[in-house]
This record gives sequence, structure tokens and C-alpha cells, in this order.
Amino acid sequence: MVKIAVMGDYDSIYGFSALGLSIFPIEGQDAEKASAILRNLAENDFGIIYITEETAALLPKEIAKYRERQSPAIILIPGVHGNTGAGIEGVKKTVEQAVGSDILFE
Amino acid sequence: MASTQVNPTRMELTRLKKKLVTAVRGHRLLKDKRDELMREYLDLVRENMDLRKKVEKGIRDANRNFVLARAGMSEETLKTALLTPKQEVYLKTSTRNVMSVDIPVYDYTTRTADRNDIFSYGFAYTSADLDGAVQSLSDILPDMIHLAEVEKSCQMMAAEIEKTRRRVNALEHVIIPETQEGIRYITMKLDENERSTQVRLMKVKDMVLNDAHHYDERAAAGA
Repeated sequence: MVKIAVMGDYDSIYGFSALGLSIFPIEGQDAEKASAILRNLAENDFGIIYITEETAALLPKEIAKYRERQSPAIILIPGVHGNTGAGIEGVKKTVEQAVGSDILFE
Repeated sequence: MASTQVNPTRMELTRLKKKLVTAVRGHRLLKDKRDELMREYLDLVRENMDLRKKVEKGIRDANRNFVLARAGMSEETLKTALLTPKQEVYLKTSTRNVMSVDIPVYDYTTRTADRNDIFSYGFAYTSADLDGAVQSLSDILPDMIHLAEVEKSCQMMAAEIEKTRRRVNALEHVIIPETQEGIRYITMKLDENERSTQVRLMKVKDMVLNDAHHYDERAAAGA
């Protein structure tokens, strides 16, 4: 049994705590703290980590590291400040990696 | 290929022939694997895109509801209301094997049997908007978990496809031609050796016969 974590600024994620997901607020642009939390979550029992796109933009390297590992799944979600398109971009990137070019969504 | 030095021996030739057979078989298998992975992947990635759009829209709507809810009540009340969650989500992960890629399968259970048992607060001090906001978020949770499963699978399969494609290309463009070249080089070298042995033998035979019958001297005497 593993748990689900949500990382991001407090305003974007506090609602998830009502559903029973564990929330880990990251305030501001504190990349160091965010990467420490992410590493901690990944090493412990969290199967899925949802990260808001803004916070994910702070730690591209850490997220890339976990991309090909089986656990955890790191999934980007839009934050309260709107959608930066990073999530869709991530899907396109996998298509490019697999096919060689972006054939699905021009 | 002149760049790689091969020993022109029969043993080496047998070894190379075996290697070629293995390489050709491996190439065919890997190509099939790549095609099948690609087929599965394309289905999956389309689903991924649709799900992602749906989830992003759901979260955006939920966020809008939360902003409204927040406007209607004080910060403290809101924090207190959500401070002690009633519900908890546990995830059971298993894996499914698709073409030797172990993709995850997520199954989730909630602590209480009723999945809608999400309101961790009494309704007296909070605004009604908050109930709607929490509910709207709760509605997209199954989709979010499904999205995590699909997106993770896509990422893992993309990595595997890339790896397989690289192997197929290496076999097709490097290993197989090199081995064929090596085989041709050895065969030619062995043939060449055989011819030179043949010629040497003929020459030796001539010399031996000449020694025995003195053809040269007789020819000289007859002339």
C-alpha cells in the first residue's frame, strides 16, 4: 500500500487534503527545499506524486531522473494560477522520444 | 571491412557465420518488438492526451470553485476545516507486462468504504461553495489516478521504444554488415590460400618429375 502526494504552492493544493492525499506545500521559488521534499517522497512510500506545473519548473532535473523508473509516477497538474502547458508538453516529449517526431498533435 | 582485423581461419569463419545467424534472428525479433510496442504506445498516448486534457480542465474548474469558496470565508476557518482530513487514499500498485516493459497498474482504496465521505468539517462555519469545490475535486480523482497510470506507462514505453530502436539500427547497420564483410574476407583469403597451395604443388610436382626423368637434359640433348 502506497500513498499519493501532491506538491505545489498551498493555494493550488490544499483542496486535495480533503480527499485524503498528502499535501506538501512549497512556498515561493525554493528549488532546494522542493527537490529535498521530492527526493524524500520518492524514496518513501509514495506511488504517485502530483506536482503543479510551476513547482515542477523548478526541478526539471529531479523529475527527469524519475521518468524512466517504475516508481514513483510524477504527474504535472495545473496550479491555481493557470495552465502553463508543461503537462501537455511532457506528453509531446514522450511522443518525440518514441516516434522521432511529434506526429500526433501538430 | 579493413578496419577490423579478422583472423582468416576456418574456426573464425564458423564463429562469424554463427554470429551472423544470431544477429539476423535477433534483428527480426527486435523489429517485431519495436513494431508491437509502437502500436500499443500510440493507442496509449492518445488516451493519455485525452485524459490529460480532461483532468486539467477538471482541476481548473475545481480551482475556480476553491477560489470562490475562499472568498466567502476567513482564512482560519478554511484551514481549520481542512486541517484534519477524514478520508485517506491508499494505492495498490501492481504491474502489467507489455512487451517486456513492466507498466504500472494502480488500484486505489479509500479508508472509509464510502468514497464520497470527504467532508472533514461540520457544515456550520463553512460556506456552501467549499462543499461544491471539494466535491468537484473528488469527482476527478479517479481520472487523475488513471492519468498517472497511463502517463507513467507512456513514459516507460517511450524509453523502451527508443532503446529497442537503437538496438535494431545497430544490428541492421553495423553488426550484420560487419559480420558479412568478415565472412567474405575470410572466404576470399581461404580461397586464395588454396589456390596458392595448388600452384605450389604443381610447381613441386614439375620439379620432382624433372629430377626423376631429366626432361630438361633430354630436351637439350635432342636439340
